Amino acid sequence: MNLQLIGVNHNSAPIEVRERLAIPDSHLADAIRRLANHPGVDEGLILSTCNRVEVLAQTENGGADLRRFLRDYFQLDPAQYEPHLYEYREGEAIRHLFRVAASLDSMVVGEPQILGQVKEAYATARAVGAVHSQLDLLLTRAFAVAKRVRTETAVGSSAVSVASVAVELAKKIFGSLHGKQVFLVGAGKMSELAARHLMAHGAASIFVANRTYDRAAQLAGKFSGRAILFEQLYDTCDRADIVITSTGAPFAIFRREHGELFLSRRKNRPMFFIDIAVPRDVAPEMNDLDGIFVYDIDDLQQAVSSHVADRRREAERAEAIVQSEVERFQARVQTLDVVPTIVSLQDHLETIRQAEIDRVRARLGPLSPDQEMAVETLTRGIVNKIMHTPISTLKTAAREQEATTLIDVVRRLFNLQDRKSARSRDNSAS
Amino acid sequence: MPILWLRVALGCYAVGLLYALLALTQRGYLLNRIALPAMSLGMAFQFVSLTESVLVGGPVTITSVHNSESFLALLIMAAFMLVYLVYRTTSPGIVVFPLVFLLTFVSATGQQPFLLTSPGLRRGWLVAHIALIFTGYAALFLSFAASLLYLVQEHSLKSKKSSGILLRLPALEMIDEIGYRSLLLGFPFMTLGLIAGSIVAQTTYGHVNLLDPKIFLSLLMWAVYMVMVFTRWNAGWRGRRAAYLAAGAVLAAVIAWSANYFSAIHRFVQS
Repeated sequence: MNLQLIGVNHNSAPIEVRERLAIPDSHLADAIRRLANHPGVDEGLILSTCNRVEVLAQTENGGADLRRFLRDYFQLDPAQYEPHLYEYREGEAIRHLFRVAASLDSMVVGEPQILGQVKEAYATARAVGAVHSQLDLLLTRAFAVAKRVRTETAVGSSAVSVASVAVELAKKIFGSLHGKQVFLVGAGKMSELAARHLMAHGAASIFVANRTYDRAAQLAGKFSGRAILFEQLYDTCDRADIVITSTGAPFAIFRREHGELFLSRRKNRPMFFIDIAVPRDVAPEMNDLDGIFVYDIDDLQQAVSSHVADRRREAERAEAIVQSEVERFQARVQTLDVVPTIVSLQDHLETIRQAEIDRVRARLGPLSPDQEMAVETLTRGIVNKIMHTPISTLKTAAREQEATTLIDVVRRLFNLQDRKSARSRDNSAS
Repeated sequence: MPILWLRVALGCYAVGLLYALLALTQRGYLLNRIALPAMSLGMAFQFVSLTESVLVGGPVTITSVHNSESFLALLIMAAFMLVYLVYRTTSPGIVVFPLVFLLTFVSATGQQPFLLTSPGLRRGWLVAHIALIFTGYAALFLSFAASLLYLVQEHSLKSKKSSGILLRLPALEMIDEIGYRSLLLGFPFMTLGLIAGSIVAQTTYGHVNLLDPKIFLSLLMWAVYMVMVFTRWNAGWRGRRAAYLAAGAVLAAVIAWSANYFSAIHRFVQS
């Protein structure tokens, strides 16, 4: 297997570089086709997401110039992006691909989208015929590895973003979010995102209050919710189970007395305040009231980072899985690799045998069918006896690291031609 | 023979006890899986044990101290299983399992002989009294267990530390609902049980002495119970205040129970 991989990701390149190298979905099939036709490339695949561009190729002899492909394709000044490129070969390339598919190389380790993106890239490359034998094997394995990592470790199980942490906390308080009312106080981007998450998890309806009523009405329209006049905030707020605040007010707009008022109106049913404003909109002492839970932006960030720490621990286990899978895959590929050598060794000796028989036939004179048979058996027997040990050695070596060296030695000793170059020679001859 | 089955049941409940103790740590994945089957098996054995006692000595054997403790444990387990069937959570077990184990342990090591001292006793009413009161106890205890879990969960949410136990306890509202529903279900049983008890006392002694410690404490417990149901229904008391009330009711129940030992009339406990 002659694998080569070249690419950029969120660690190696800033966004300005990544966005220039990004290939839109509509152009992806064409790009892959051009990669497959690039000199020296047998099979190819391109993965392009907002965080990475990866060009993977199975090449004829490991010497394809993938940098040249990038230059030809993008027609950009190479100085802009080449310092950010990483290149991997063979085992390293396999490992990198497995890590990408298992979401270990992601900006948010464990995020689930990347596997779907790899699968799409694979489907596109297959559709244009750029992936058939070796890469097909590799990609199929990568999907299996990703699945294994997902089921055997907790990478990807805990929430990470602030919005999803908020949802998780809300679920710890209310169980199901079904039928819960959400109140947005202040119509910021982040509170909108949190609201979207809550709605996606079953929250029933949304109220929006904002200093400027129009903005509130506009945001409420997005969720088919209700805009509330800011003056009516304290009269309506007790209807909400979850309150997300993000106003620019210089002082807390929810204080202890408001909390007590809400609780008595709600018959002490719990309320969850998510305060993403700085300075804070909810006075911290609200959290002391029975049944009111206040999380400010720092608390949420902290929950996020404790999740991230958990993930890091799990990621270590996942790395171990990837490592063992890379070794398994390489062993399997190497077993496949000795087969062509054995076949050409057999072909080679058979040619010699035939040539020698032809050479001495004239001197032997006419042979009876029995004698013909005896010569055949004799020569075949000698060849088989000689070949027996080298072939079985090759087969056992296939599972070891030395296989490649051994294949090289056998090919050089017997002057065996590379199958691929033999094939291309045949092609040019015909 | 009943005592043998009871001891087998005790063995099964020991698994639950272990589960409850280890629930505070992250370990015990295996226990999570076997605790529920073990507890169900324990229930089956306990049921067999009680049935055998009843077949041998008639329904009144339930009223002996050691059988009634076993009976109470069985009812508490039944209430727990009901919660499990509805909510699919074993978390109340953290509080319930140790109590069930304790009750069964006391019962399985207690003495056998049972003497009914009051000859004129209305047996039917007595059995009804015990069965109803104990169902009420079981519900009350479950509610207490739920309010303890509520406090733990509330504390970890307020302190903003996501510890291991927080991750595995059910949501706050679900714990609350379990507590409230068992409270509501238990109340009629407790009330009817007390009525049945007073009928027994009435027919046996001709009058009900309200100052007898047993009767007084039982009424006190019932009053606390009623206050709990009322404050919850009317003002939505939950969390800390509900837990204090539940603890008060359980305490009253335990004292009422121990009043058996110094009450003048509630003395069918000479075992």
